[in-house]
Amino acid sequence: MMHRKHILRTVSKILAPFIMLFALYVQFHGDYGPGGGFQAGVIFASVFILYALIYGMDNARRVLPPNVRRVLLGVGVLIYAGTGVVGMLMGGNFLNYSVLMQDPLNGQHLGINVIEFGVGMTVFASMVSIFFVFAGQDRQ
Amino acid sequence: MIFDLVDITLLVFLAITALAVIRLDNLFAVVMLLGIFSLISAVLYVNLDAVDVAFTEAAVGAGISTVLMLGTLALTGSMEQKPHRWSPIPLAVVVLTGAALIYGTFDMPNYGDPNAPIHKHVADRYIEKSGEEVGPPNIVTSVLASYRGFDTLGEVVVVFTAGVGVLTLLGHGHLSRRKRHREEEEIEREATQLGLDESDIERLEEEDI
Repeated sequence: MMHRKHILRTVSKILAPFIMLFALYVQFHGDYGPGGGFQAGVIFASVFILYALIYGMDNARRVLPPNVRRVLLGVGVLIYAGTGVVGMLMGGNFLNYSVLMQDPLNGQHLGINVIEFGVGMTVFASMVSIFFVFAGQDRQ
Repeated sequence: MIFDLVDITLLVFLAITALAVIRLDNLFAVVMLLGIFSLISAVLYVNLDAVDVAFTEAAVGAGISTVLMLGTLALTGSMEQKPHRWSPIPLAVVVLTGAALIYGTFDMPNYGDPNAPIHKHVADRYIEKSGEEVGPPNIVTSVLASYRGFDTLGEVVVVFTAGVGVLTLLGHGHLSRRKRHREEEEIEREATQLGLDESDIERLEEEDI
């Protein structure tokens, strides 16, 4: 079967870095244009889903082992909630980013970028995990 | 005017797609049509100037959902099983729910009404003040990440919970790994009984795939 997928394999290999770059653009440009952590996480996950579809589940599992996915899943939420706690420690309310830096606007900017990063991480890990688990069921 | 025409056309497309989804037996085609449904919805959101929502709909609805449903079809088979006999109860439930929903829309403000309650509450504050209070030019991001940061934290926890739930229910825990290991051992034992060596098994497995 493998020899029939030359075009798919080549095209997906060429496209993968660009999709990843686009996901990062959506992630870190969400405060200027449409986008943000949710969309970026899904787009980033689509790269690995594409990889899994074309190169098979075993290769995809080697690229992204289950432990890495599980850690990313939790760390994303921790980053989000942790940013809120840092805000509290610095004298503001939970999830008030204005106190994170001297200038409130800079603090807001930093806080938004950090929590969006956490959102993207959790959404990415969740989407990839759900797909891998679903697609891996045919083994049983 | 032209935007209304586009909206009406898209809504007609949505209705046609929904009807086709109901009529078709081939679940593979149904999944594809649901992807199209999401994509048309995304275009509709763009037309309503809700680009962030459209983006999410296109990525999640048309992208990930389609892939997940195809993954499910690979496990279940792609033809719908017709019910054995006709039953009036589902039709009654659908008609009653639909009627209640349509009745509910009578209380809604008109399309594009500037005096709708949703435009009267906090929207003005967001539009006028978010630039000096939060900063980002994209007000949606300001609302989502800062003004409504606690809600978004809840959403992320929901996504997290969904991931953990699927991993717990279907993920390969230690038990299933042991089971798979046992299956492999069984195959090896059978193979030695038949007098095959390892390269034969690998070749058989490849042909199977």
